[in-house]
Amino acid sequence: MAEAGTVDTHDAPAHDAEHGHHEQSFLSKYIFSTDHKIIAMQYMFTGIVMALIGGYMSYAFRMQLAFPGESVPGYGVVSQGEYNSLVTNHGTIMIFWVAMPMLIAAFGNYLIPLMIGADDMVFPRINRLSYQIFLISAIILIVSFFVPGGGFGGAWTSYPPLSANAEYNLTPYGATFWLVAVALEFVAFLLGGINFITTLMNSRAPGMRMHDIPMVLWMIIIASILFMASVGPLIAGAVMLFMDQVVGTGFFDPDRGGDPVLWQHLFWFFGHPEVYVVLLPAMGIVAEIICTFARKKLFNYKLILYTAFATGIISFFVWAHHQFVAGIDPRMANVFTITTLIISIPIAEMLFLYIATLYGGSIRLTTPMLWALSFIAEFLIGGITGIFLGASGSDIYFHDTYFVLAHFHYTFFPIAIIGFFAGITYWFPKMFGRMMNDSLGKIHFWGTIIAFNFIFIPLFILGAAGQHRRIYNFQNFPDLAGMQDLRVIATSALLVMLVFQAIFLFNFVYSLFKGKPAGKNPWKANTLEWTADSPPPHGNWPELPNCYRGPYEYSVPGREDDYWPQDVPPDTAPAE
Amino acid sequence: MSTMTRPIATTRSATGIPTGKLAVWWVIGSEIVIFGGLLASYVMFRLGHPEWAEYASHTNTWFGGANTFVLLTSSLFAVLAHHAAEHGDGKTAAKWLLGTCAGGLVFLCIKAVEWTGEIQHGYTITANGFWSFYYTAAGIHALHVIAGCIIMLIIAKQAWKGQELQRVELIGIYWHFVDIVWIFLFPLLYIAK
Repeated sequence: MAEAGTVDTHDAPAHDAEHGHHEQSFLSKYIFSTDHKIIAMQYMFTGIVMALIGGYMSYAFRMQLAFPGESVPGYGVVSQGEYNSLVTNHGTIMIFWVAMPMLIAAFGNYLIPLMIGADDMVFPRINRLSYQIFLISAIILIVSFFVPGGGFGGAWTSYPPLSANAEYNLTPYGATFWLVAVALEFVAFLLGGINFITTLMNSRAPGMRMHDIPMVLWMIIIASILFMASVGPLIAGAVMLFMDQVVGTGFFDPDRGGDPVLWQHLFWFFGHPEVYVVLLPAMGIVAEIICTFARKKLFNYKLILYTAFATGIISFFVWAHHQFVAGIDPRMANVFTITTLIISIPIAEMLFLYIATLYGGSIRLTTPMLWALSFIAEFLIGGITGIFLGASGSDIYFHDTYFVLAHFHYTFFPIAIIGFFAGITYWFPKMFGRMMNDSLGKIHFWGTIIAFNFIFIPLFILGAAGQHRRIYNFQNFPDLAGMQDLRVIATSALLVMLVFQAIFLFNFVYSLFKGKPAGKNPWKANTLEWTADSPPPHGNWPELPNCYRGPYEYSVPGREDDYWPQDVPPDTAPAE
Repeated sequence: MSTMTRPIATTRSATGIPTGKLAVWWVIGSEIVIFGGLLASYVMFRLGHPEWAEYASHTNTWFGGANTFVLLTSSLFAVLAHHAAEHGDGKTAAKWLLGTCAGGLVFLCIKAVEWTGEIQHGYTITANGFWSFYYTAAGIHALHVIAGCIIMLIIAKQAWKGQELQRVELIGIYWHFVDIVWIFLFPLLYIAK
């Protein structure tokens, strides 16, 4: 710490001279910037655009399911092939181009330097490169819809032999574009992750010890490590699948001695840790918000931290619960059932610790707090329904039904959408210097949350009744045709939810220009980002802060204020 | 501190490990998982398909052995470059880096000759599963060799001017990693029969 301090004072004047007062052109300031805050915005706005595209896709295919064969306003008649492309790319986009950029890349880039009291990431140009690769990957994915044959329709899990052979999937270009886009996205997040981890390890403010790091940063870093440790086999698998598609090898083709189940292992060895890769940052955002708005210290910081590490480790031993019906050895199914049920324990424990944080606090139900509380409630439903699927016996019945679909939407929606809204409503004042409108925020909150439950509770019922996923028209199945009302309810609720997003977009743009000026610390929070100007300038602080205590010193007895920022030296505090 | 403006963040070192070295180790960590996934897949196939031993017997262990020797020698040059850089001798470090780079090029040339012969005998990438792995794994490794050579030339140029000498060690760490990957590939693809 001492060395870091001396380096600081030594370099500060030179830094000011270099960054200080020259005007940058629009391109170098907003498009080719190396500033972590601008890169965070780039990730966030790209993520929002991709979320709108993914939402539009869900609108088209849900309309087809509710009103089969009819022309969908704003899309047209959905053909069978298009239906497959839509569901495939809805899933792909929402996970790889919405959840990951918004939760990890946007908040990670924005918060890591600000919360550890640094002026930027350690590798600003690699940071910029990671966004550029990410943007190219997004463009390739969108282009894949307009190549001959259309977009890939073999589901977001891309199981071979369907995905490996154009004779089966009928999308000779779409499948390869999809694969290249996903692989490039992985490269972007590997580069970003290395930057995140190195920055947190090396560039903390003088005085910031391991247990003074805000929980959201720990969660983003653990997520980055999980991603890095799990994605490798899938990158190798993607190369093999690419060779199968383009060169004509037979890695996954059983006709030629290949093994299609190998892909499932490689995919889910990544795919299951990936759930925690996006879950943990959302959990971290929620932790920051509930502490600030309950005015209480995070209940057992260290236990939450070690629990998150434990979750990450266990998450590498659960992947085959996606393959209970893929013909794996039943003894292996037993093992994976047990590990899967075990992993629900640390997650439940973390939720209990969050609830314990709320206990006895002076809770303020602001918009971000509502989102944070709804995260706990909604994710709980997602977690509990996961138990049915993790047990191999019941999974054989539930596998590939709408029960699975509703389950993971009850996990991913709280993670990606609620987590994002919680974070953006909480940090918007810091990012743009103005407050968002609280009334509009609450209208948007209730409209989204209520509609969300009306979409997916009917789908649980349909799934339990045996309705399978990825089917174009249920009217062709006499046993399922009768439950059309539930499908119409789900689709109607989706329409309501999409309409309510217009309120958010309006609120976002309106507050950007007309919101109440926020000042440095509108929520009276402790972490270091609230000591910078809103929005922080290039370099973040004129003089980088030091850190004197943990991030959650709220309502400390004997202090006049109910918060105690991390950068306030102890000697200015009143004696206890 | 030469060509670019570094943020203060880059100059801090809370762990005591220089930031660049830390990052290289994380890069290698992620690479290990990538090659690990590929080689684990290959090993699973080998265990399930005893007939692959017959396919593997057509590989030329002499070519593989010669390449192992070339790569190990180039790694020695990387160590000598690091040694020179630690003593502040940028010009000597640059020369040794060029030597390392030459080792990489010799490796690629031997590979080219080897592959040409194999392809002419009909052992192409689509011949069967073993040859698919053979070309895919060695091909990805060769891409790492090429990338390493390009980066090495850039670093050698800087080192010649006495700039960024710490990078000589970083590229050396990476080069040893590329070497070690080959140490795994050689027995798996050539010797195991």
